[in-house]
Amino acid sequence: MSAAPERVTGLMASLFALRWIAVWKRHARVWRKLAGPALLGNIGEPLLYLLALGYGLGSFIGELQGMGYVTFLASGLVCASAMNTATFEGLYSAYTRMAVQETWNAMLYTPLDLEDIMIGEAVWAASKSLLSASAILLVATLLGAVQGPLAIGVLPVAFLTGLCFSGLALVVTAVARNYDFFLYYFTLFLTPVLLLSGVFFPLDDMPSAIRFGAELFPLSHAIALVRPWMTGQPLADGAWEHVAVLLAYTVAALSLATHLCRRRILR
Amino acid sequence: MAIVQARGLTKRYDGRTVVDAVDLDVLPGECFGLLGPNGAGKTTTLRMLLGMTPPDGGRLEVMGFPVPARAREMHERLGVVPQQDSLDPDFSVIENLRTYASYFGLRGDRLEARIADLLGFANLATRADARIHELSGGMKRRLSLARALVNSPQLVVLDEPTTGLDPQARQVIWQRLRLLIAEKRTLILTTHYMDEAQRLCDRIAIMDHGRILDVDVPSALIRRHIEPHVVEVHGAGVEDWLAARGAPLAERTETIGETIFCYTGDYVPLVESLGSFPRLEYLHRPANLEDVFLKLTGRDLRE
Repeated sequence: MSAAPERVTGLMASLFALRWIAVWKRHARVWRKLAGPALLGNIGEPLLYLLALGYGLGSFIGELQGMGYVTFLASGLVCASAMNTATFEGLYSAYTRMAVQETWNAMLYTPLDLEDIMIGEAVWAASKSLLSASAILLVATLLGAVQGPLAIGVLPVAFLTGLCFSGLALVVTAVARNYDFFLYYFTLFLTPVLLLSGVFFPLDDMPSAIRFGAELFPLSHAIALVRPWMTGQPLADGAWEHVAVLLAYTVAALSLATHLCRRRILR
Repeated sequence: MAIVQARGLTKRYDGRTVVDAVDLDVLPGECFGLLGPNGAGKTTTLRMLLGMTPPDGGRLEVMGFPVPARAREMHERLGVVPQQDSLDPDFSVIENLRTYASYFGLRGDRLEARIADLLGFANLATRADARIHELSGGMKRRLSLARALVNSPQLVVLDEPTTGLDPQARQVIWQRLRLLIAEKRTLILTTHYMDEAQRLCDRIAIMDHGRILDVDVPSALIRRHIEPHVVEVHGAGVEDWLAARGAPLAERTETIGETIFCYTGDYVPLVESLGSFPRLEYLHRPANLEDVFLKLTGRDLRE
């Protein structure tokens, strides 16, 4: 795609110009009004998984990789909830703002441009990921499912995971014609990612094809970073490689989303 | 210096030329109307002026800034009232204004004073805390107008500002627009209502098939294209009257539906000829902008 470098530099320029903060603040103000159901959705569901699977399934499993199953699961669920929160924001909420409420159009008549909007969307979605990851980290800590203070390192990873998955979601939003279209994304991509990134069970003993596939999923890299911190194990080598994968996904997805939205809106 | 200067402005979609080498000048302080049937290219022209659609050819400057290259700086001084209300449904009236102002980097005491003025201007001071879904159509449109003024724009662009409003609400919008004209702001508006264009606009461009057919002050457009008097005749037997008496007495006639429009310089013999056709009804009136519009763009229904 010949426009790719141009999109990346456009996004970078916009990132440092900080106009996107107005977009972020707008979303935050709306969220404050509707925070109750939003928080419940973002935090309640992973908590139920943590309790039901962690203790229910955990009582059958016992120890896994030398830790309680709740501990194992908590470190995966923090990342999964960051992923889900940013995905919903980048799909349903962003689509509503783009295609239903004309919020983006109204912004485009002002000194904000499409890059400002995209970065504002992504940072906002990542902020919500940070929030839900924090809540789960807190509860997991109270349940004794977190080993050691290094777990706080989860939060920047949750933010980066949010950026990455909001970027991917915005790509889908950019080509969506209605809300139903998102089901393709959930079924064909997000659910496999959730099930095969090591949230619920370790991938070490899986067939090599699945392990190779999981390597491609950004969520498995987020978990690879977070799990040692939360479970008190030494960090494996190549931590920066995991960060680099998440960053690369973020930049590529946001650039593509910007390109597709430009074709859709500013045509 | 012109507020808008377009030369050879062109836009093509899938090989189809939608805007075809349009030249356009909008002068400071004037209210400029862009009229045309559906599909004439006026929305695309407007979108190019607003920096929302990149032209395929030609040169375009708005308020001295080349567009779309420097659209952002142009947007600092621009106000837009879109055809479809894009108010934030989750915010109250005053929050809508504050949030929109934040996109321009505006805040603080000066903004609050400005917002108080705008609420007064839009006659929404008592509804400042109302939610958007509680507002009537006219109130929403007035809020859209107030929102477009939050950055004290030099140029305000309005896309069909009164479409879908009841007659009272339209009158209120017109009155507010006249206040803006009195403030020497430049206005560009599109409309399907010829009375609206004739009332508000200093100059009017009529567009069709991607081209501007004519531009001038409304009275000059009427003089140039239409005979001064129009007699509209309808009723049973109108064809007989036209064949027997009417046709030679009018310089030009047009049949639209069941009404015959007779255009003439001297209406007296025409009206007298109708005396012996008591079943016909007629209306004599001066030529207006609608006559010009229909003559220039034809009578075909556009859908």
